[in-house]
Amino acid sequence: MIEVDGLTVRFGGVVPLDRMSVTFSAGTCGLIGPNGAGKTTFFNVLSGFVKPIAGVVRAFGDDLLSMADFRRARWGVRRTFQTEQAIANLPVYENVLLILEHTNGERSGRRQRVNEAIEFVGLGEVAQREVGTLGAAQRRLVEVARAVVGTPRLVLLDEPAAGLPDEETQRLGEVIRSIPEQIGAQVILVDHDMSLVSGCCETTAVLDFGRLIAAGATQDVLHDEHVIRAYLGTEELL
Amino acid sequence: MSAVRTIEPAETSERDPRVPRFSPKRVRQIAWVVVFILFALWGLPFLLQKGWVPLPSHDATSYWITVFTSVVIYSLVTLGLGLLIGRVGLVSLCQFVLLSVGAWVAVRFDQMWPWLPYPAVLIIAGVVTGLSGTLIGLPALRLSGLYLALITLMAAAALTVLLKVQQFPNGGGGFWGRSRGGGPISQISRPSIAAGDTAFYRYCVGVAIVMFLIAFWHVKSKPGRAWAAIRQSEATALSAGVRTTVYKLWAFALAAFFAGVAGGLLASPPGVNINQFQTQQSIQIYAITLVGGVYTLAGAVVGGLVFQLVPALFLRWGIGIELFTILSGMGILQVLLTAPGGIAQQVPHDFGNLGKKLIGGVTGKGKAKAPAASQAPAAVAVEAAEPTA
Repeated sequence: MIEVDGLTVRFGGVVPLDRMSVTFSAGTCGLIGPNGAGKTTFFNVLSGFVKPIAGVVRAFGDDLLSMADFRRARWGVRRTFQTEQAIANLPVYENVLLILEHTNGERSGRRQRVNEAIEFVGLGEVAQREVGTLGAAQRRLVEVARAVVGTPRLVLLDEPAAGLPDEETQRLGEVIRSIPEQIGAQVILVDHDMSLVSGCCETTAVLDFGRLIAAGATQDVLHDEHVIRAYLGTEELL
Repeated sequence: MSAVRTIEPAETSERDPRVPRFSPKRVRQIAWVVVFILFALWGLPFLLQKGWVPLPSHDATSYWITVFTSVVIYSLVTLGLGLLIGRVGLVSLCQFVLLSVGAWVAVRFDQMWPWLPYPAVLIIAGVVTGLSGTLIGLPALRLSGLYLALITLMAAAALTVLLKVQQFPNGGGGFWGRSRGGGPISQISRPSIAAGDTAFYRYCVGVAIVMFLIAFWHVKSKPGRAWAAIRQSEATALSAGVRTTVYKLWAFALAAFFAGVAGGLLASPPGVNINQFQTQQSIQIYAITLVGGVYTLAGAVVGGLVFQLVPALFLRWGIGIELFTILSGMGILQVLLTAPGGIAQQVPHDFGNLGKKLIGGVTGKGKAKAPAASQAPAAVAVEAAEPTA
C-alpha cells in the first residue's frame, strides 16, 4: 500500500504536483490524466529524481522520500520510462541481470531468477538476442522483465503501451495484470490507453494540472464527469 | 507463446534458454584472438628478423621492434580511453598526460627502491596513476560533454607543468632526487628476463594481454553492464540501483591504471623525455582512439598501430609528420559520418561484404549461405517466426 500525503513539487513558478494526497491500495492501480498533469513527475518523486517541497510518501510503512535514489531500487522500487531504456547492444538476459545484480547482493540462483523474469514476460525464446534486434513490443516486454526481476515491491510503469498496436497492448496487459499475484509487487500504471488501464487496474487515480481530481474504482472514475471534462478540455486544446 | 506462464523452478532449471556458451561465432572470435596473439609474440619478430616485412630499411630490425613495442604500449592508452568513451560515454583529454605520470612514478619508485622487481614498479605506477585519474574524474560526476573535456584538458596542462617543475624525467636518487649537471636518468632498467629488444617487446605484449584481459573481464561482467546503463541514461542507471558515482570513478581509475602501466613500460629503455609529452597530444590520441574504434577492444590495438606505426612509417618515407595530423582529422570525419565503430569494425565489415560478393560471384549462392553461417540456427528460426514489429 502506498500512502501519499500532501505531496507538492514546484519548478520555479510551475507546480506540477499540488498537495496530492492519495492511497494506492494493493494490486494494480492506474494513474491517468491529460498531458502535463504531473504523472511522470509523481514517478520521478518516487524514484528520487525530483525532490518535493512538501509531503510524505509511505510505502508499506517505509518513508520512501528519505532514501537515496539508488537505494530505492534496492528497497524494491522499479520503473520503466516513457522512452525506451533497455540497453540495445546487450542481450535480453544481461539487461535483466543488470537490475538483479545491482539490487540484490545474493549470487546464488541469480541465473534462475533472471530466467524466471524473462519467462514471465514470455521472452524465453529470445533471451540471448540483443535487445536492439527485437521489435518494439518485445523491447517493451524487456523493460517489464527488468522491472519484475528479483524482489520488487513497487513497479512503476510509465506509458508501457505507447506506440504499440492493439494486439501487442493486449498481451502486455496480460503480463501487467499478473504482476501483483505472481511477482507479489504493487503496480502503478500510467497510460493513455484507457482499455489497458480499465483492463488492468481495479482502482484508478486521476491527475489534472497537478491536482488529484478523482480516485476510486476504475469504472466509476472513468465515468466521472470531472474526469471526462478534464480529458475533453485537453482534446479541445489539441 | 503465451504471454504469461506459471513459474515452476523445475521447468526453468531444466530448460535453460541460453544458447550454448560457445556458439560458432564465439569460437571464431577466440580463434582470431589466439592467432593474433601468436602472431604478435612470435610471427612478427620472426618476420622482422628475416626482413620479410615490407617496411622501409629492412636492415634496422631493432628499429622496427622498438616501434612495435611502443605500438603495444600506446595501445594500452587507447584501451583505457576507448573504455571511457565507448563503454561509459565519458570524455577525457588527459589520458596522454597520465602516461607521463605513470612514467614519472615508475622512474621515481625505481630510483627510491632499486630492489623493487619490475612488475611491482609497473603495478605501483598503475595504481598511483589510477588514483590521479580518479581525482581528475571527480568533475565527471557533475559535468559531461564539452565541459568535462575542458576540465580534463586543463588538468592535463596542469600535470604537464607539474612534471616540468619536477624536471621530469631528470632525476637522481630518492623519491624527489634531482641529478646535478642535468644528466637525466630517464629510464628504469628492463626486467632481467627481457633485456634484449625483442624480448622486451614480447614482455610488453604479455603485459598488454593481461591488461586487455582485465578490460575484457570488466566489459563482460557487472561493471560493464553498469557502464552500459550509465551510457544509456544516468537516470535509468540510478533507478536500476546502479551506484553511478562509484562506477564512473572506477572507469576513470581503470583507464588511468592502464595508462600508468603503459607509462611504466615506456620508462624502460629507450626511455622517455619531456618533449614526448605535449598536452596537445592528448587531443590527438583522443582522435586516434575514435579512429581505431571505441566499441571493441580490438579498436585499442588499431589505435596503437595508427598512433605509433604510421608516424614511424612517415618518418622513414620522408613524409612530413603534419600530414599525420591532417589524416587523423580526416579519420575523425570518417568515424563521425560513416563508421562509428572505427577502423576495428569497419574494415572487417567491409572485407566481409567483399568476401560475400566474391563468393557470391563464383558460386552464385554466397548470399544465401552467408547468414546461415554467421548465426546460430535457433536464432534464425526465431527470427523467421517473429518478424520485428
